[in-house]
Formats: sequence, C-alpha cells, structure tokens
Amino acid sequence: MKNEDSIFNRWSRRDMLKSLAGIPVLGTVWFAGAKLTGSAMQEKEFLLETLNIKAAAPPASGPMSGAPVRLGIIGFGIRGEQLCRALGFATKEWLASMKESAEKNPNDTRLKEFLDQENLNLKITAVCDVFDVNADRVINSFSTPENKVARYATHKELVASGQVDAVIIATPDHWHAPMAIDAINAGVHVYVEKPMTHNISETYALRDAVRSHEKIVFQVGHQHRQTQSFLTAMDIINKKTLGHISLITTNTNRNDDNGAWQYDIHEKASPETIDWDMFLGSAPKVPFNKEHFFRWRKWWAYGSGLSGDLLTHDYDRINCLLKMGIPTSVMASGGIYTHRDGRNVPDVMQVNMEYPDFSTGGSQDAGKEKGMTFIYSATLGNQFDRGTYLMGHDATMELGNMITIYADARSTRFADMIKEKRIDPNVPIYQYNPMANATDAVTSATAKYFANKGLLWTYRDGKRVDSTFLHMREWLSCIRNGGTPSCSITEGFQEAISAHMAGLSYKLGRRIEWDAAAEKIITKPGEDLDAILVNNEVIV
Amino acid sequence: MSFFCKVEVANIVQLKTELIMKSNEFSSGQNNSLILLRILIGWHFLYEGVLKLYNPAWTSKGYLLSASFFKPFFVWISGDSMIGVVDTLNIVGLIAVGVGLLVGFKIKWASVGGILLLAMYYLAHPPFPGLEQGPAEGSYWIVNKNLIELAALLVLYQFPVYTSFGIERFFNRKKAESVTG
Repeated sequence: MKNEDSIFNRWSRRDMLKSLAGIPVLGTVWFAGAKLTGSAMQEKEFLLETLNIKAAAPPASGPMSGAPVRLGIIGFGIRGEQLCRALGFATKEWLASMKESAEKNPNDTRLKEFLDQENLNLKITAVCDVFDVNADRVINSFSTPENKVARYATHKELVASGQVDAVIIATPDHWHAPMAIDAINAGVHVYVEKPMTHNISETYALRDAVRSHEKIVFQVGHQHRQTQSFLTAMDIINKKTLGHISLITTNTNRNDDNGAWQYDIHEKASPETIDWDMFLGSAPKVPFNKEHFFRWRKWWAYGSGLSGDLLTHDYDRINCLLKMGIPTSVMASGGIYTHRDGRNVPDVMQVNMEYPDFSTGGSQDAGKEKGMTFIYSATLGNQFDRGTYLMGHDATMELGNMITIYADARSTRFADMIKEKRIDPNVPIYQYNPMANATDAVTSATAKYFANKGLLWTYRDGKRVDSTFLHMREWLSCIRNGGTPSCSITEGFQEAISAHMAGLSYKLGRRIEWDAAAEKIITKPGEDLDAILVNNEVIV
Repeated sequence: MSFFCKVEVANIVQLKTELIMKSNEFSSGQNNSLILLRILIGWHFLYEGVLKLYNPAWTSKGYLLSASFFKPFFVWISGDSMIGVVDTLNIVGLIAVGVGLLVGFKIKWASVGGILLLAMYYLAHPPFPGLEQGPAEGSYWIVNKNLIELAALLVLYQFPVYTSFGIERFFNRKKAESVTG
C-alpha cells in the first residue's frame, strides 16, 4: 500500500492544481465582464440623469363617439386618395391591388395595417373633383346602400349643400385658400393640404376667416406634428441640452420622376372629362393642357415649387419644436438644373432664413449668444439622406423619427465631462428610438426618406402608425370634443408667409424682409408681391 | 501485501497509465496547444455571456431581425412571444459553454453547445456573396470568425484533453479509484 499511497499523493497535488487551474481564470473573466458592464451602465445612468430628458409620446386625441361626422372630399387626386385612406376609406382598386401584393409578399402588411386601423366614425357624403374619373372613384368605392356619395360641380355648392360637417381640401395650391374661406363662411370645418395658401393676400384673408369663426376647426396638413419623437425633442431643447442653437439645416433630396412631380397622365383625361375652367380658377387662362392638370406642381400658376411644397414640411417640423415663427429675412437661390422639361419652379433651391433675435438659451455668458439661421437645401437630382441637424454650442441633435444627440467637443456645459472622458464627442450622449421594438418592412429609398421625417408614419407603443391618420384624427377629435388642432391658423399663417418669402426671394433675387410689428412683408414702391409670386412666365 | 492486492495495484497502475496515455497520445506541446485553444474559446464565450447577463438592455432582437439568411426562422424567434426565451437561452448557453471549457467540465457537451450557438450566429448573417453584410472589423467571404471558432470547437470535441487540465480530471481519477474499490 505504500507504493499505492505515494502514487496517489503525488497525483493528488498535481491533480488539484491542474484540475482547478481554470477556476481563477473563470473568476477573472466573470469579474471583468461584470465590472465593465456595471461601470458602463453607471456612466450611462449618470449621463441620463444629468441630461434629464423625458421621453414621452404626444397625448392621444379624444374619443370618436357621437354621430358620424359627414365629410366632403374636395380633390381626389394622389394626396386626396391618401388622406381618405388615412381616414379608413380605400378605393376598391387599391384594396384589390394590396390584396394581390400581400398574397405575393407576406411581408407586405399595408392591407393589414389599413384594416386594423381604428374606425373614425365618419361617412363621406360628398365629393367635388373637376376630373370625372376621380369623382366616380369616390362614388363607386365609398357609397353605401344608406349613404350614396353626392357629386358637386363646384366646391361652393358642396359646402352650401348642408350635407357636410367638414371638408378635406387636397387640390392644387391656388385653390386652397378660396375653398377654405368659402367652407369656413358656410360653417364647415376644414382640413387643408400644405402650403396653406398660394399667395400673400389670401394668407391674411384666410386668417381673418378662421379668426372670425371660432367654432370652426381648422387644420393644415403637416402630419409630422404627430411624430412620436417631437415631445422628446422639445424637452431636449427646453432643458438647454443643445445650448444656444445658431444653425439648423434641413433638406430635401429626391432623385426620381415621382419626387420631381412628374406624375402619370391619366388615359381618360380630355376636355370632356375635365372641367378645365374650374381647374384654372384664378390662374392665367391657357388652353386645355393635360400636363398642367396632372403635373400642376411644376408651375407657379398652380403650385409653389420646393418652397411651398417641401420647405413647408421642414419649416413646420422645426417651428413645431422651437416656435420661432416668421423669419426676419429670407434669401433664396436655385434653378432648374435637373428636370429641364418646361417647368418654371426650381428643382434645386437653397433658402436661408434669418432669426437675429431668436435664442434657445445658452450656457455661456449672458448676451454673448443670440440669433439663428434656418437653412433649407433641396435638390430633386440626388437622394442622399443628409439628415436634419439642430446645431448648438453644447450639442448637435439629429432629428428624424429617431433622435440622436452628440455633445460638441468645445461645449461649455459638457466641458468637464469631456475632459474627464465621461463624454466622447464622437459617441451619441443620447438616442431616442421609438421604433426600437418595431419591425419595418420599408423598402424604397423614398419611403425611408419620408418615414425618417415622420411624413409617412410614426410610432405609438412601438407600433407603426400612419402619421396622417393621427393628424386627421386630432382634427376630428377637436370637431367632436373641442380644442384647437396642432397645426391651425397661427402655425399655418407662419408656414405660408415664410414659404412665400422664400418664393419671392428666389424670384426677385434679393433679400425679403418681414416687418414683425406691422405683420407685413416689406415691399418696394410699386411692387405687387402677389403678382410676382404667382407669375407663371418661364424664368430660368 | 497479498498476491491479490498486488494484482489490484498492478491493475490500477495499468488503468491509470492507459488514461494518461489516452491524453498523452500527443506531445506536451500538442497537448498544451489544445488546452490553450480550449481556454481561449471558453474565455470568449464566458465574457460574451457575462456582458449580456449584466446588461438588462441587451437583446438579440436586432441581430435576428436583420438576418440575411433563413430570415423567416430568425424573424419568427425574434417575435414578442419568443425573444425573452431566446435571449435567456443565449446567455445561459454562452456562460455554460464558457464555464465548461474554462474549468474543463463536460468539454464535449460544451463543444457541441458552442457549435450550435455559433452555427446560429453564422447562419443568421453568413458572409455569402450577394447577401448584405453588416458592420464587421475584417473582410470575409463565406468564411468568417464564427465559422473558424465553430471549427475550433469541432477540434476540441474530437480532442477534448479532459484528463490533463480541468475538473474532469478529478472525475476520471475517481473513476479509476472506483474500479479499485
């Protein structure tokens, strides 16, 4: 046994060592992992506590109970059809094509999302569209045995019919204000597409009309106001996280025919199927022209180009956050550089809006910082996503459906934390992602571009929601339950005047100034700004 | 000492020699290299598991949702009803494999577990031509580090070297003892 013992004793010591040698390694790795994660999380907590940003979704609008709201549709083109769908009314043709698409591609949830949408308790009772095909589509798809949609030849007849409580105006820009004013005077609630107006004088007239009819609920179609991230963004700015914002850059980047308003021309379009004179309205009298009818956004006579069509979205997104209002002055330039197809609105445009007296508050000595420039930069010949940036002395915020904040390397507020290496200016100090738990089946670049601006959809409780649906629901809730919608006449007035100043600056090639006290655009003797703005002579 | 006793001792010595021989079919350099490989892979698995364990915000959802291969399967397991279990299994799996390889316990099982986990990671985002590649620190075509680590675990499965370093050495010694009992 002596031999045996000595063998086992010898082995035992080596066994012990060799058998357990892995355990200290295990302990070390575990400790390192736990400590590193713990301290990283502590740092994150510390940063979040310091920033104290409250991430919150906008409150839901009120109940949709009571008698159904009777709705009239004025203009059932591309946008009118989208608005109706957001309200729960899809054409038979769209439903059929979505069903087919969903069968082919199980990831296509557009039909399911439409069917799952809340019923807004309304009925479409009337339509007015100068193109027979559009009007017929509304009547064929939205009529029910109890409620046949009636067609009216003019909007005046529609609003005076007594058959509508509210109207949606999705016509060319030059009809927005005249129709909205007539509807308001007839006691009908109005949802009007952007830009709110086509010229300056009607902007005042529409404001007067809304102000003198207190019971009318008026909403401009800037649906991104419903974007989930906006309350969070407001809180970030109110807490002076960014410091004094001196520059805001916004942009439009598109690179396809649809994005450049080169829409399809319907095969049935003819002087027999289109009420051409009614389409022209206040626009210069020209012979029947299919291209003008379907691609009206390309001409100043009916549309407002980049400044009215797309700048307004970016301007309103920022105005919603900062409430900076109408700029003191605007300078714009650009040209027709990517679609030389006979249009007269620019397809490349840069707009600088000056706010010399505006401040979001800062971290430096009082009086050192004041004033801000808002830049809108657009091209219809490139779709690289440049992002929207709010650039402050202390931090930069990238604003989209997501919010990302980077501390500035030379920040005053974060100087100590940067020095202590608790903040890395290259790593976001805050990120808000309302879609963290959502699956996206986004495919096209254009869809992503719109989605990031909150123009297509936003998120509620991690679920994707059509932002237009929320915007119209808010309007309907105010009609039913009282209150003022988020983009009413004050916001619409600021949007329209700012856009018109940009359009005027582009056309006149000079700085356009705003007299805030008199609430007037400063005019040179003999100048008719409205005539200049809508002048449809080709200017290249 | 009786004759029988002597025979028993001789048997034990022979058995142990066989066991030692089994793990010493390689030179010490070969043996140590295999042990080093086992420790490094164990280290890697354990660290990945511990980081996830201590970070409550961690989830594999993004990785699964962005899968470029077998997408329906990975999207399915990333669903609300599955993701909690999937995340827990992943953390438990990583730590179990890491501990197993480091302390040398159930090395063959740990190797199989590690191979399964790595196969899932690899298949969700394989570096196949034509598939979208996520951010990576190197350049890969068909073969990436997940696949190489998987192959390394296959080696450990075939050559577990369990008797020369790790807890399993105890068990093997005890086995040898119980034979003598």
